[in-house]
Amino acid sequence: MAITHEIISHYKVNIDREECVKCKQCINQCSFGVFSYNGNKIIAEHQNCVACQRCVIMCPNKAIYITSNEECLPSHGNYSKKIRNIIWAQSGNGGVLLSATGNDRPIRSIFDDLLLDACQVTNPSIDPLRETIETKILLGRKPKKLEFDGESDDLSKISLTTNFLSNLEIDMPLMIGHMSLGSISYNACQAIYQASRELNIIAGSGEGGLHPDFYEYAPNIITEIASGRFGVDLNYLNNAAGIEIKIGQGAKPGHGGHLPGTKVSKLISQTRMIPTGSDALSPYPHHDIYSIEDLAQLIAALKETTRYETPVGVKIAAVHNSAPIAVGIVRAGADFITLDGFRGGTGAAPIIIRDHAGIPIELALATVDKRLREEGLREQITLIAGGSIRYSADLIKAIALGADVAMCCSPVLIAMGCRVCQQCFRGLCSWGIATQQELLVKRLDINIAKKRIINLFNSWNEELKEVLGAMGIDSVESLRSNRDRLRYIGPNPKIAEILEVKHAGE
Amino acid sequence: MTVNEIKENLLEFEIENKIEIDAAPNGNPVESKELNMLIHKALNSNYQEIRINNVCGQRFIGAGLKGDITIKINGLPGNDLGIFMDGPTILVNGNSEDQSGNTMNSGTIIINGDGGDVIGLSSRGGKIFIKGNVGYRVGIHMKEYEDKFPLLIIGGTTKDFLGEYMAGGKIIVLGLKILSDNTVVENQQPICGCDLGTGIHNGSIYLRTDENLEEKLGFGAKSYDVSKAELKEIFPFIMNFCKLFHIPKKIINAKSFKVVKPLSKRPFRSNYCSQLI
Repeated sequence: MAITHEIISHYKVNIDREECVKCKQCINQCSFGVFSYNGNKIIAEHQNCVACQRCVIMCPNKAIYITSNEECLPSHGNYSKKIRNIIWAQSGNGGVLLSATGNDRPIRSIFDDLLLDACQVTNPSIDPLRETIETKILLGRKPKKLEFDGESDDLSKISLTTNFLSNLEIDMPLMIGHMSLGSISYNACQAIYQASRELNIIAGSGEGGLHPDFYEYAPNIITEIASGRFGVDLNYLNNAAGIEIKIGQGAKPGHGGHLPGTKVSKLISQTRMIPTGSDALSPYPHHDIYSIEDLAQLIAALKETTRYETPVGVKIAAVHNSAPIAVGIVRAGADFITLDGFRGGTGAAPIIIRDHAGIPIELALATVDKRLREEGLREQITLIAGGSIRYSADLIKAIALGADVAMCCSPVLIAMGCRVCQQCFRGLCSWGIATQQELLVKRLDINIAKKRIINLFNSWNEELKEVLGAMGIDSVESLRSNRDRLRYIGPNPKIAEILEVKHAGE
Repeated sequence: MTVNEIKENLLEFEIENKIEIDAAPNGNPVESKELNMLIHKALNSNYQEIRINNVCGQRFIGAGLKGDITIKINGLPGNDLGIFMDGPTILVNGNSEDQSGNTMNSGTIIINGDGGDVIGLSSRGGKIFIKGNVGYRVGIHMKEYEDKFPLLIIGGTTKDFLGEYMAGGKIIVLGLKILSDNTVVENQQPICGCDLGTGIHNGSIYLRTDENLEEKLGFGAKSYDVSKAELKEIFPFIMNFCKLFHIPKKIINAKSFKVVKPLSKRPFRSNYCSQLI
């Protein structure tokens, strides 16, 4: 008899037989094929369950609930269930294991080890309910210094000669990160773009082009140029609020992208400008960028193409030597840098890279900010930081560590209904977010999703103002790189040293 | 523009009511940015044909230009010639450097000399004709969409990594050597280098050669003898190329063509495993 190495399911689907009226709603709702009807009762295939909660919420009688599967393997402190499952999956099927969302290893968050300062007695706090606290940001390159012509006591005879490059004005220090149509659905994209327009913030297009329907939102969209150059044409470049050259992504530093042909529907085909059913392979590097000089060349080419009217930035994953790379990027002429930490999300990435490559955004951000200040370059560019900005606390701490703008994706998806089941790469999202199946996409109501994003970010911005007020700061720009308003309470003083943050009590 | 519509006299520079730009006045080359500004100035003044003399390495000429315009270049244009271009025709009377036709959408680039590396990278449409040899990584990730496909014809030979990750379009390499007195002989260099068509998943590479390509092929690529139907399809393009550079038709027929095509539309499919863990 052949020995099967079946993976023990993570979850157990419990059906309350007394409450179940066999309406089969769960069978229709589950996109992962958990439920079936045997003519007598509903049967659940626990193995397929990803705990996305769709059935739980849609069951009219609330007869379903999901629990962790208590069935256990022999216990072992080193060979965790996950590691054993990985070995069985790979010895059975072979191949590089895929995953989605962000790194799910329980690595301690540095943001959580940071505490915020507040005013007491000597420096009075500001009441954000009564006074204006500025959260506007100008995104783009700033002049190194202002130059004037003429010297006179009569100010009307002096004029400013500095040439200002175009900047984007956004109302909150927030960006919705790059998620392409393909990784997420049409409805999800629409909700994101509408929300970013209404909030006057920016959203990323992702590397898969911009569908013609979304050009109306272009003043709030930064389009992305990745190694595959999908959907890149003059419309894509000339309509965007900004252009970002994607070198790396936090979830998969150094890795390309493989959108399987099975997902290239008519919609994706129109957006990426490739034939339907064709694989969309993004090479690992850009084949015209093998050095900082080459990067400078593409930045200059993009600026030539857009007649110097659009800010051009570069996105890199947070890796060991981010700081010198960032200096190179600024010297190469970029107007903004996007840093993406190792916890950043993805629609599909090899588990080995998602879980083990890159460094935390907190460390990369602090070192990049420090190095740019040392080189006298920090004030000239905008620094965007992402890679697990989960809630407003992370946003505030990221700004104090040196970010101008915080970029986030997963909270936006969670706001729209994502349950973080980590199955985006399978295209079966039961909530209509990370899927291209029309029937599933329809489940996401664009208006509701949009309102939820708007509510979320308005709340974050209010919380940001509350904290700024408590710190006695009236503009978010004064919090940027302001390490003195942070204290460290974690176990590792080396981290505090790298962050240039004092220990609590100091 | 269809293949037949390309004017035959493109390489003969005529200037009548057309503007001329000196890229190196008094022997001092202007910066790339300044030269491009002059080009835009000329276009804004509704000139449809621009002749640029003494070009010496200025980059991004023709970047992001669109419409029915012609740019004739005397000299050596720098990298990224015609990047993101959508429609214009660029003629170079001389050699060119790297990345000509980078991410081009449509238009024509004709190089009356040798080309550099990474030519036609990620282009989605348009035509690139190069009389002489080219370097490494040429035609990487060329793609196609709807009725658009990029066409790259090289009169001489290429180096390694030709047509890597190719997702569409046609590359034709003729393996000829066109001498300065316009006599045409067989090129004695190998037709291409190693890693030919690695990861190719759409499109085709035609090579006029007797060489055995098997050892040069990259992962996912396979070479075949060209079929009659395929030859019929590419022949008009080759004839057009021959007309441009005065190549006698009979020398083309002296050798047969091989074609490199993808083994699969999804070459890396089996590399990944989607099992729930």
